[in-house]
Amino acid sequence: MSTFILLTITGLGLGAMYFLIASGLSLIYGLMGVLNFAHGVFLTVTAYALWFTESKLGGVPVLPRFLIAAVVGLVVAVVFAALTELVLIRPLYGRHIEQVLVTVGLALSVTALVTAIWGSDARVVVAPSWVGETTTIFGAHIPNDRWLEIATAVVVLFGLEGFLRRTRYGLIVRAGVENRAMVTALGIDVRKAFTLVFMIGGLAAGIAAVLYTLYSTTIDPQQGTSLVIFAFIVVVIGGLGSIRGTLWAAVIVGLVQQYANYYASSGLGDLSVVLLLGIVLIVRPGGLSRSFA
Amino acid sequence: MAPLPPLVSVNDLHVYLGESHVLQGISFDVPDGGVTALLGRNGVGKTTTLRALMGLVDRRGTVELAGEDIRGLRTHRIVRRGVGYVPEDRDVFSSLTVDENLRLAERDPEPRYDLVYDLFPELRQRGSQAAGTLSGGQQQMLAIGRALLNDNRLLLIDEPTKGLSPLLVTEVALALERVSELTTVLLVEQNLGVVQRVARDVVVLDTGRVVHTGPARELLDDKPAIHRMLGVG
Amino acid sequence: MKRVAIPVAIVVVLALVPKFTIDIPYVFGGGLNTPGTLQLLALCLLFGGLALSYDLLFGFTGLLSFGHALYFAVGVYMAAIAMTRWHWSFWQAILVTALVGFVLAVVLGAVSLRVGGIAFAMVTLAFAQAGSILVLKNPYGWTGGEEGFGTDYHQLPSWAVGILNTKYLYWLALGYAAAVFAIVRWAVNSSPGHVWQAIRENELRVEVLGLKPYSFKLMSFVLASMLATAGGIIYLLLLGGANTQVTTASFTLTLLLMVVLGGTGSRWGAMIGGILYTYADHRLGDLSSSHAVSTLPSVIRIPMQQPLFILGVLFILVVFFVPGGLTRIGQVGLRLDRIVRKPAVQE
Repeated sequence: MSTFILLTITGLGLGAMYFLIASGLSLIYGLMGVLNFAHGVFLTVTAYALWFTESKLGGVPVLPRFLIAAVVGLVVAVVFAALTELVLIRPLYGRHIEQVLVTVGLALSVTALVTAIWGSDARVVVAPSWVGETTTIFGAHIPNDRWLEIATAVVVLFGLEGFLRRTRYGLIVRAGVENRAMVTALGIDVRKAFTLVFMIGGLAAGIAAVLYTLYSTTIDPQQGTSLVIFAFIVVVIGGLGSIRGTLWAAVIVGLVQQYANYYASSGLGDLSVVLLLGIVLIVRPGGLSRSFA
Repeated sequence: MAPLPPLVSVNDLHVYLGESHVLQGISFDVPDGGVTALLGRNGVGKTTTLRALMGLVDRRGTVELAGEDIRGLRTHRIVRRGVGYVPEDRDVFSSLTVDENLRLAERDPEPRYDLVYDLFPELRQRGSQAAGTLSGGQQQMLAIGRALLNDNRLLLIDEPTKGLSPLLVTEVALALERVSELTTVLLVEQNLGVVQRVARDVVVLDTGRVVHTGPARELLDDKPAIHRMLGVG
Repeated sequence: MKRVAIPVAIVVVLALVPKFTIDIPYVFGGGLNTPGTLQLLALCLLFGGLALSYDLLFGFTGLLSFGHALYFAVGVYMAAIAMTRWHWSFWQAILVTALVGFVLAVVLGAVSLRVGGIAFAMVTLAFAQAGSILVLKNPYGWTGGEEGFGTDYHQLPSWAVGILNTKYLYWLALGYAAAVFAIVRWAVNSSPGHVWQAIRENELRVEVLGLKPYSFKLMSFVLASMLATAGGIIYLLLLGGANTQVTTASFTLTLLLMVVLGGTGSRWGAMIGGILYTYADHRLGDLSSSHAVSTLPSVIRIPMQQPLFILGVLFILVVFFVPGGLTRIGQVGLRLDRIVRKPAVQE
């Protein structure tokens, strides 16, 4: 029983991170029609900015050191995302294939650059010790970072919903996901919303990256790409452009991965996720939600 | 022969949709004030003309709005010059409520909610209803309503009575009459009864070209011409 | 006649390369007939062929697949496992690899093609990722996990073993590239091939004509995948072992890079893209560790250590300014959606 609880909480923690990454991808695709392969490097630059800042703050006690580094990482993520949209995506407006390709190029270039500068070996991130300790619930020893991940995802979820439902830009985004042309026909410059959505995606990915450094304690150049592939699977299962669908899909994928890895055999969890994708697509090509282009 | 210069002046407008040469050099004017009806059989390019004016399709040729060349402007800038658009499929946002649909359309500092609710009281009643659950007629009211919120000087309206019951058609015609007192309208419409009621001038298209322009009365009295150009009657 | 003459002439010239003792400085690390240079040329030709097999899907049928490398990896790993782990003969290994490759392509293709556009791309990516995971998991110790493993050279034919025999492998790679070129040319001009291009333009119209796009797409998918699997076997011979690099997502994406760099949907584009990319990848790698470069400031030197950075940036520039690829460098203002249909998105 306690193993089951451990697996469930870990699965939810993983699902939380998938949700954070996938929600940005889903919004970006839903609103802009851009499949953002560079989302993975949003994760990578955040992780490395965090690690780099930490390494420069040697004498500082661990908790503030990590927090400062995390903030720096998030700022880097948002700026990087904004620049990506402004410099690479915006000039190619309307040319969807080129936009996708450009994000592929960016993903490969940045990963290569990071590897060139810091090598492909994993780097250790120093985290507050509280994170590595466990809390016991119903006999299960849960690593504390899982709670942080779940809590953060819930906060971000409320934040996103609040943004979408209560702000004018949120209104524009919701309408734009449904019908971009009509939004411009109402006199709204929908491109401003594009940059905003990219920045939101960058921020969410940055948060996921910060959490992931707590989850895995090390970072390497390929992590971002591997994580983002799972995020893509989540987005397709959940239905492109839908936050709710992404949430459900993220939770399901996280749980399936954990259960299968343990109850079946290690490594099978990842394969089961792919199988799940296949099943969902065969049964319901639109994903779990209705909004699918 | 309007006393004022035309509000819209289109000259040699060409539009290609894929391989198809949909508009083959059309030229016409929309006089300031009143309703100009854009007529023609199905598929001749009426909707494309409106979309071209809105900048929603790539176009070549001259388009002037109140003397300003709007050819290079992006859609939202054209709209900000005071143009409202009611598309053929209404294109209301189904996942947004009626209120949200209207709010999204606000541009002026003082949007004319009184006018809109006066014309379409149901929109006030159904404010928090999701637009996707409205009936066809109600969606049409919403589509027209949101174009009226702002003090636009030109409204482009595409087949507002399509698919509506006779009762609703009359309601829409009434609304159009009210609207035409406030602003210039370029109206695509197949229902000649409505055209007769509101239109002052007509422009007739046939396979991507203008084949007739003139006062509405003249054309509507000319049954053989109507039959020839529009295939009805 | 001319259409056949030029490619044939090129093949003949290339076939004679191992006879040339010319030394082209900087371009190659040694004379043209040295094993090192021949190995590089062989790899270039191999990837030229592989890129063209990918373009069959992307440029000609309009299917954006992110999982093409999976079938290449199957070629590499299946043949390696059969020979080294199961101790089968070379020809038996080839046979089983072709069989596995075929079945896999049919099954996975049948599932993936149930959806189109973006979803199809994602599914192919997911399947490729699954393959990568499977390889890393090292079931029964066959795949060698992260480290890969070398081929048992006892099973290989004698002409494929040893540095002095590199020229035979070179000719094999040349043969592969020529075969892929000929097959793709023939397939594209055949009647299914015309349907593929029609599907690329407008799938709806094909359906209206009473044809089932699904089976044609599957045909194209299986053909392209099998060409990739064949390439994988040759790659195994060239490298003498299997490694996990060919299963990574990056590898799949570099195929896309090659195709777009050269020019998608054109006769020579993908092949030239594959050749140029492979050449640049290796030479930049060599250059970065050479004397001349070690004296450069680190801002320039460090990025050069990862050729993928330079190639990635070049790729971005190509997409921006010459999206038709280097072979269409004269056609300014070309947009990719005039060549390849957009993934299914309504504006």
